[in-house]
Parts: sequence; C-alpha cells; structure tokens
Amino acid sequence: MADAGMLRFHVPEPEVRPGGTPDFSNVTIAEAGSVPRPDIDVDPRTIRDMAFSIIRVLNRNGEAVGPWAGLLSSEELLEGLRNMMTLRTFDARMQMAQRQGKTSFYMQHLGEEAVSCAFRKALAPGDMNFPTYRQAGLLIADGYPMVTMMNQIYSNEADPLKGRQLPIMYSSKEHGFFSISGNLATQYIQAVGWAMASAISNDSRIAAAWIGDGSTAESDFHSALVFASTYKAPVVLNVVNNQWAISTFQGIARGGSGTFAARGLGFGIPSLRVDGNDYLAVHAVAKWAATRARENLGPTLVEYVTYRAGAHSSSDDPSAYRPKTESDAWPLGDPVMRLKNHLIKLGVWSDERHAQAEAEILDTVIAAQKEAESHGTLHAGGKPSTREMFEGVFAEMPPHLRRQRQRAGV
Amino acid sequence: MPRRTMIEAIRDAMDVSMERDDKVVVFGEDVGFFGGVFRVTHGLQAKYGKSRCFDAPINESGIVGSAIGMAAYGLKPCVEIQFADYMYPAYDQLTQEAARLRYRSNGDFTCPIVVRMPTGGGIFGGQTHSQSPEALFTHVSGLKTVVPSNPHDAKGLLIAAIEDPDPVIFLEPKRLYNGPFDGHHDRPVTPWSKHELGEVADGHYTVPLGKAAIRRAGSAVTVLAYGTMVYVAQAAAEETGIDAEVIDLRTLLPLDLDTIVASVKKTGRCVVVHEATLTSGFGAELSALVQENCFYHLEAPVARVAGWDTPYPHAQEWEYFPGPARVGRALIETMEA
Repeated sequence: MADAGMLRFHVPEPEVRPGGTPDFSNVTIAEAGSVPRPDIDVDPRTIRDMAFSIIRVLNRNGEAVGPWAGLLSSEELLEGLRNMMTLRTFDARMQMAQRQGKTSFYMQHLGEEAVSCAFRKALAPGDMNFPTYRQAGLLIADGYPMVTMMNQIYSNEADPLKGRQLPIMYSSKEHGFFSISGNLATQYIQAVGWAMASAISNDSRIAAAWIGDGSTAESDFHSALVFASTYKAPVVLNVVNNQWAISTFQGIARGGSGTFAARGLGFGIPSLRVDGNDYLAVHAVAKWAATRARENLGPTLVEYVTYRAGAHSSSDDPSAYRPKTESDAWPLGDPVMRLKNHLIKLGVWSDERHAQAEAEILDTVIAAQKEAESHGTLHAGGKPSTREMFEGVFAEMPPHLRRQRQRAGV
Repeated sequence: MPRRTMIEAIRDAMDVSMERDDKVVVFGEDVGFFGGVFRVTHGLQAKYGKSRCFDAPINESGIVGSAIGMAAYGLKPCVEIQFADYMYPAYDQLTQEAARLRYRSNGDFTCPIVVRMPTGGGIFGGQTHSQSPEALFTHVSGLKTVVPSNPHDAKGLLIAAIEDPDPVIFLEPKRLYNGPFDGHHDRPVTPWSKHELGEVADGHYTVPLGKAAIRRAGSAVTVLAYGTMVYVAQAAAEETGIDAEVIDLRTLLPLDLDTIVASVKKTGRCVVVHEATLTSGFGAELSALVQENCFYHLEAPVARVAGWDTPYPHAQEWEYFPGPARVGRALIETMEA
C-alpha cells in the first residue's frame, strides 16, 4: 500500500467571513412549484429525494405555483402577513426596550417570521408545540396577548411566570406552547413523549417539536428521532435551519454535504425540506406533516431553510463573524416582502395598505408596551413578590424551603 | 400477611398503581416483554398491554425526556433506568427539565414522574453497577429522592411516589432486592420471607414521603442511614454492644429533620453512614444539619462512615463497602470522644 502521508484535521469554514462578499452560490434552490406533493400515506422510501430539494410555492414574480399552492384563502394570507408584521414590530420594540435597560435580554426572529406564524395555522386546537426561544410567532399567530408576552419580558408584577424565567422563555399550555427551557434540544424528545402520550390515550391531538440547526448536534435530537420512529409518534419534527448557531455556521453541526432533513431518512422518517421564507410553502408542508401525524401515519421531519437576519440575541454582534450584508444576499429573500408581493399580485393588497398596516401595527404594539410598562419593567415599577421565589419548586412547600423563606424574611 | 421480596413489592406497587389509574405507564430498557433485568416489571405488560408497559430504546435521556413530555400531557410515567450508574445521560433531563418544569412555568406544566433506578454496591458490580449517586439528586431543587430499605416501605413509598405531583427519584438498593444484608458477606443471606419487614399487604397503601423510621431504638448514639446501610448499622450496634438509635431516613429530600433532631438531642452523639463516596456526599448535608440544629446537645463530633473517595472497585469490594466493622469502629470512637 502506498504511503498515505500525514493525516490532516478538517474543520469546516463558512464561505465568507467579515470583509468578504456574501456568496450563496453553493446553495441550490429548486424552482418554485417544481417539487411534487406526495400523498400523505406515501411510502417514505419513495420520497427520499425530497430531503435534498426545497419545496417552494411563491416564485420570483410573487405567484403561487405548483402542487403545494392553493391551500389558503386571501383572508388567511392577509392574516398571515399581519401576524408576521406584528412579530417583526414586536421584536423591534422589545430589542429597543432591551437597549433602554427595561429588560436584560431579548432575541429577535428577523427573517424567520414565516416559519412559526405559518406553522401555527396548520395545527388544531389542543395540539402542543415544544418550541425553542425563536418561535414566538406561534403565540402571535394564535392570538396570545402581546401585553402578557411583554410582562414576561419585563419580569414585572403581571409576569405570568412570576419573574422566575429569563425574558422570552414563555409558557402557555392554553395556547399549545410548552414552557421554554434554556437547555437546548431537551424539548425535542419531550415533544415525542407528549405525542406518545396522546397515542397511548387514544387522543386525536398531535405534538410539534422545534429545534435549530445548531442544536441538532445535541444528543436529544437523536433521542427524539429514535423514539419518534420506534413508536410512530404523532409528532412533526421541525428543524429551523437559519444557517447560524450564534457564531457557528451550519456546516459545523451538519457536517459533510448532507442536509438536516436527510437525518430523518436513516430513521425511516419521511423528511421534507421547505423554503422557510415562503409563508405558503411553510403552511402547506406543515399541514401535510400534521395530517400525517393526525392520521396515525407517524412522524415527519421538516427542515425549514431560512436565514437568521438579525443578531443571535441582544448580547450578540454578528459583524464579528459574518459579512454585514449577508442577509441581503440570501437567495430566499424576506418572508414579509414575499408574501406582501404575492398579495399585491392577487390584487388584495397594495403598498399604500401595507404602509398603513405597518403604522397600525406599530400603534398596537406601542399601546401594548405602554400597558405592560404600567406593571413595571425589570428595574423599575412593580415586580413579582420575593415570596414567589420560593413558591412552585414543589406542589407543596417542603419544610426546608419554608425555613429558608422565613430566613429570607418573606 | 403475605411476605414479598423487595422485587415483588416494587412490582406490586406498580401493579396496584396501574390498576387504580390508567394514566400510570411503565417503560424502560428490557422492562416490557422480558419484565426487567431484575424481574421488577415481570408480568405487567401481559396484564396491562403494550400501551401501558413497554420496552424502550437504550437511551436514558430519551427515556426520561419522553417521560417528561408524557407527564406534561397528563400521564404519570414510572420509568426505569437499568442501573443508577447509567442515569448520567439523563442528568440534563432530570435536573434541568423534570426538576424545573413546575417552577419555570409557574405550574402551567408539571412533571409527576417517577424514575426508578437500582443503586448501591455489595454485589461485585464494579465501577458501573454499584454507584450511589443520591447526592447528585438531593443537590437539585425540585427533585424528591427516596431510598427504601425493605419490601414494606418499598411498596408504600413507590405508590406514594407515583401519586406525588412532582418528580421523584426512586433508588432501589439492589443488594436488598432478595433479602436484607448487613455487610457480612461471608454469611448466607436470609430471604425476605424470614424478615418481618418482608410482610407486604395486598392492595393499596402508602408510606408517606419525607418521614423517617426508627429501626432500632437506642439512647447512646444516633445513626443516620438509608438503604443497605440500615442493616449494617443495626449489626454494628449489636456487635459493639453500643445502644445506638438507628434511623432509616427513607426519603432524603424532603428530609425528616424533626425525627433526626429529636434523636440526636436525646443521644448527644451522631454517626452518619452511607455507601456513596465521602466528599460532598449526602452525609455532609446530614452532618451540617445535625451540627446546626443540635450543637448544644452534641457530646462528640458528628462522624461519617462512607465509601472511599474512589471509583467503586471490583476486587476490593469489601475493603470499599462500609461494613459493620468500620461502622462499629465509628460508633466506639464517637462514644469515646
């Protein structure tokens, strides 16, 4: 055998770093309408190529084309646009509130609004999401009060979580939104367990699991896929690939030339890849996967291809690791603009109405913010009682905590 | 009253709980068809079906993580980790998720799960079949930690744990599965059928969490023990002739501090015994609590007898395991101090 020489260690790098010209020429984008829409009881083995393509509905001219189009009415699309715009405005205001010191922390959804807003509309009442910290669109699209979200962000006296949780770690059983944890990927397997419980109970409700591209490297991602596949759990396994895990480009988590969707194939799970900035495509694929789950056909893995246009969090500066204009070069564009253009094309929307809607939404968000701030912000005004710090560790307070509470003087 | 081994008593607890409440589900590695590597779940799948008792993939994080999701849905999962030594992959789910869910969601979601795991040494289990990781759970706010020492308690405590609204770590000393063990490995083991605590009533009863039991009343020194060490401590008292009061803690968290303090105030002396390694073990917490609450009654320093601060060895089993000779020595030293 020939001498192979010294081994060399491989560490993947993104195509471009700060100072460079953004380049997404390596990203293969399927034509809108080109990917077929299989029957929901399709044999997973026959659609393996879908894990390597991208399902898209909206084309460059703002038209909805192909087999995944036609599921939503104009009214539903207008509502979707409004929800995405609301989330974007909410984000901007809360990001500013963080800069003003009214809260300690915030995380935006900029560029990813379609994923959670459109997905929510594919679920039925009673279904349960197990979100990460970047799916607040699930709450917005379900009509969860913005004031309550802000109360949580401000940790004020009206905070439903009594000031115990970091901002944006919402919880609402009523709105099918499982309590967010700071520990990544843990909720992915919990979603599968919830779905298993629904099946064990002969219920009709399904679960939706959420994870980002970076967190797929966590072992609980694997746990979830094994359990979901083994027990055919009624769960939609969502992977939001926004290209970045803080400063780490997705190639570090993904490795090689595969896709995140392709991970599902090894478990025999039907796996689709979808344009995450295409509201119609996200909704259509979510509906397909949710229907499969509800009809007892088992789990589906969906990779949403999108781009994290904003900073990772209010504590992050992306210009330190990626070109400043990279989001402008992202080939799948902006979800709000794309849906707006589609609605204009349909003749049910206009630039004027859009500008008017923007102003209205801003007024609504500002009004909610005023109301929330009347209950206090992190360092000013009303705050949760110190007694609340000791409550809720257990259903009943054990003696040692009672002693500590007394020592704390509350 | 029927006599049962600890294995049978724990199985009976699950049987009774599954019969009473169809929200109780049991799963883990080899737990279903086969009935568990220690036979603890034997017959449950046949009786309740595969939806209620089933085999899981070899994935501890998955077992606990899926159980948390089930609990959030409204079921009451009672899951098994095959050996406590293998709970580490599930530690994230146990400590950051199960323990915190009620608190972080302000009761919006809760986690009424029980995680059973065989624990402890004295069986030539070596490094990964002998560990006693209870201190890694008692340090976590939001978890309850239970260690039964006999069939009667095991059944009553497990039913109480399953009915508890919060997550409970249920550590089963596998050395006690078939009979009590006092550390005299050179003598034949007597089965539970010969022991009064092997009497296990049929049907439903509970032993409340957070209540200790006095196994041997005494006036000279208080011994705080749990699991296998309860029998070792009793043997040490008999063999040294020291009138020790042996307290079986049964639940480590919440702890029955009142029973402990009343005993130490009476005896003025205290020896803490556990199999787990010494440094930062649960004995340190016990010792500190006794010192804080009984300082003016103490006639001697609180002594601790524990496993050495080494991984659990194989060949040196009986040099590692804190047997009656080591515990007896601590009793004598505490009396002489």
